[in-house]
Amino acid sequence: MNRIVAKEEFSRNPGVKMMQIEAPGIARKAKGGQFVVFRLDETGERVPLTVADTDPEKGLVTIIFQEVGKSTMALGALEVGDCLADFIGPLGRPTHMDDYGTVLCVAGGIGIAPTHNIAKALKAHGNRIITVMGARTKELLFWEDKMRALSDEIYVCTDDGSYGIHGLVTKVEQELLEKNRESGEIGLVIGIGPPIMMKFVCKTSEPFGVKTLVSLPTIMVDATGMCGACRVTVGGETKFVCVDGPEFDGHQVDFDEMMKRQAIYLEQEKVARELYEKEAGCCGECGGDRQ
Amino acid sequence: MSEINKANKLPRHPMPEQDPKVRARNFDEVPFGYSEETAMAEAGRCLRCKKPKCVEGCPVNVKIPEFVGLIADGDFLAAAHKLKETNALPAVCGRVCPQESQCESRCVLGKKGEPVAIGRLERFAADYERAQAKMELPAIAPSTGRKVVVIGAGPAGLTVAGDLIKLGHQVTIYEALHKSGGVLVYGIPEFRLPKAIVQAEVDYLKALGVEIVESYVVGQIETVDELLERYDACFIGTGAGLPVFMGIEGENLNGVYSANEYLTRSNLMKAYRFPEYDTPIVKGKRVATFGGGNVAMDASRTALRLGAEKSYIVYRRSEAEMPARNEEIHHAKEEGVELVLLASPLRLLGNEKGWLTGVECIRMELGEPDDSGRRRPVPIEGSEFVLEIDTAVVAIGNGPNPLVPSTTPDLKTNRWGNIDASLETGATSMTGVFAGGDIVTGAATVIEAMGAGKKAAAAIHRYLEEN
Ligand SMILES: Cc1cc2nc3c(=O)[nH]c(=O)nc-3n(C[C@H](O)[C@H](O)[C@H](O)COP(=O)(O)OP(=O)(O)OC[C@H]3O[C@@H](n4cnc5c(N)ncnc54)[C@H](O)[C@@H]3O)c2cc1C
Ligand SMILES: Cc1cc2nc3c(=O)[nH]c(=O)nc-3n(C[C@H](O)[C@H](O)[C@H](O)COP(=O)(O)OP(=O)(O)OC[C@H]3O[C@@H](n4cnc5c(N)ncnc54)[C@H](O)[C@@H]3O)c2cc1C
Ligand code: SF4
Ligand code: SF4
Ligand code: FES
Repeated sequence: MNRIVAKEEFSRNPGVKMMQIEAPGIARKAKGGQFVVFRLDETGERVPLTVADTDPEKGLVTIIFQEVGKSTMALGALEVGDCLADFIGPLGRPTHMDDYGTVLCVAGGIGIAPTHNIAKALKAHGNRIITVMGARTKELLFWEDKMRALSDEIYVCTDDGSYGIHGLVTKVEQELLEKNRESGEIGLVIGIGPPIMMKFVCKTSEPFGVKTLVSLPTIMVDATGMCGACRVTVGGETKFVCVDGPEFDGHQVDFDEMMKRQAIYLEQEKVARELYEKEAGCCGECGGDRQ
Repeated sequence: MSEINKANKLPRHPMPEQDPKVRARNFDEVPFGYSEETAMAEAGRCLRCKKPKCVEGCPVNVKIPEFVGLIADGDFLAAAHKLKETNALPAVCGRVCPQESQCESRCVLGKKGEPVAIGRLERFAADYERAQAKMELPAIAPSTGRKVVVIGAGPAGLTVAGDLIKLGHQVTIYEALHKSGGVLVYGIPEFRLPKAIVQAEVDYLKALGVEIVESYVVGQIETVDELLERYDACFIGTGAGLPVFMGIEGENLNGVYSANEYLTRSNLMKAYRFPEYDTPIVKGKRVATFGGGNVAMDASRTALRLGAEKSYIVYRRSEAEMPARNEEIHHAKEEGVELVLLASPLRLLGNEKGWLTGVECIRMELGEPDDSGRRRPVPIEGSEFVLEIDTAVVAIGNGPNPLVPSTTPDLKTNRWGNIDASLETGATSMTGVFAGGDIVTGAATVIEAMGAGKKAAAAIHRYLEEN
């Protein structure tokens, strides 16, 4: 159970990796927008990752993660054939399926992973998909082919202009929403990526009055609604991301509070990471890869 | 001199404990337990009443005079087996039962003096058996071929599983967390209930043949209705795991925890051993816990052990009204926890980075009794004061976990979200679906959850025989 059956490195520094995990139950059940929690071993923490794709027939769940700290670095150091102590899911609520007409998916960096599974479901439901995907630089882009295959229109950008359109995803979002002002065919914007990017995706869409969903990566422990670690303020109310979300109406989310809460353990995360790097005998420059 | 007075001449035997100053900085268990000699002497105080009142005070009717008598005779293993006839988790209950309001409150010796230390003796016998590595497996009835699914591996679920497996049914437990035990593993701290004891009880059930599947969140991966396609009956024991917040300003500041989160990080995830264990926790220097129950005591004592210089309990009534066990309040105070009584938090204060810096409270006075019979606290106007703190733990209660009810449309719940179930049988609005423990009653006690489990197991057995 929970065996890694495939692994691919998308980017080396920072490390962005894809893995396929054997988890037939989750593969059968998981819907767009849901996530899993993994735990590496007995001393490991519980870490949430979005389901990027599933293969129900083969019983496989695809995850894509960026190596930002000890747990994701140690995960990235595992190889095909290794097993995870726990792989729990599917968690959270699936993306609400509806006929939105056209859905504008704005995906930044690692956010391309969750966006893929959501766009796939919305497409299967009969919606038209426009994708805007971007990253800091070319190396950090992945799954352009898969996103292209399920999008009716696609725009690829990089902040530094190393590939595709030179500029931020919100620039393209703005242009598309302006064009849409007359036709009004875009019924939903989905913005997923780093918190600051999601904040601006929402700021951009707000004047156009188009409903915007974001998927919030808050710190979690149990991910079953038991602890409240993942709480955020949405529309003035406290919500638990793991059971009420992870998707929320982005125009209602208090992003500033959420970003502050994400920094609670910065000091400890640094300690854990440095200790890990020392034990793994690496300098950390390669993004946690031991080879 | 009456027998009672004679027995009371010998005072109740205290249980040796770690020195408060030392133990306030470690996570080792506080009491050491009775020696064989002390256990026999304490057991000797029991009158072995013909109509033992103590048994009526125990929610699972442990055969108290019998097991205590066996200890007095020095037959400790037999005492443990006697206990297990009615109580599957004596090592746990001996430690965490509120004996002073249950079995011991009814002991006849208590009328004129001090009751027999039933809990301590229960703990002694169970520990003795475990130390001997002489866990005896009971006889198991021939297989009935019927399959029962239990949701949640807390005291209620574990009890149901233990009873039904012995009756020959096939039992599978699904547990959401990666470890079984419910509150016993995630909530109650190591220094009150060593996790090795809980693990031993879980291993015992596995040895009996119970299948336990952890990391399986029912309602998410499979619903109750789907489970019923594969199982003949279902027991829901998912507990009261929904943290209640106070709804005051500043509750989402960094450094503010629900008791569930604080205790789960420390106990289940072993954050007190960070960075050996990966899960971090804020090790505050000045910690305030809001609430007055066992959970508040556990949190404030955990704060000390995590290195707090000041650990306050802020409670809106007086010490006499605190719902926590006397023993726990006593332990907490001994270790240096300071009670800030008749005070209620108004708002939490923070800095520009989003970190907690203090709490503004208001003094209270006790007015007329309310519905619960306790005197209602009333704020004293103009008495606001600020307590400087860097960590806060909210321990004002837990609600029922909604994951299962919200995904089971035919399951009736009351207006607080608790499952509607018979207190006698655990029967719910759905045929073949039973429920018990905190998910039905709201947050209660370990032994009450086990009592509910026992009744439900008997009812499930009858149901399976009839259907
Ligand atoms: C619903 C959800 C879906 C997610 N999906 C993905 C995904 O598909 N791919 C991906 O790369 N990341 C995803 N994340 C974020 C991922 O969980 C964190 O990057 C990971 O926990 C970092 O762990 P670490 O030990 O490697 O780093 P740490 O050193 O622990 O932390 C580094 C950063 O990650 C954040 N973080 C730490 N612990 C958690 C936690 N338990 N939950 C969330 N964030 C945390 C911190 O704010 C910090 O900024 C998701 C988070 C959530 C809540
Ligand atoms: C900090 C604390 C201290 C306490 N101290 C004492 C004490 O000293 N003495 C005492 O008698 N009582 C004490 N209690 C109360 C006592 O622990 C509870 O009353 C008792 O544990 C209830 O048992 P239960 O089986 O109903 O539920 P729980 O122990 O809550 O177990 C429920 C289990 O179900 C699991 N679950 C929930 N949802 C799902 C799902 N969807 N799928 C699968 N599994 C699920 C949970 O993860 C959990 O493991 C304390 C409680 C707390 C929180
Ligand atoms: S189970 Fe609890 S209430 Fe019953 S006899 Fe033992 S300690 Fe007392
Ligand atoms: S414990 Fe107390 S009430 Fe129970 S049998 Fe002994 S003396 Fe009687
Ligand atoms: S992670 Fe514990 S409630 Fe959401």
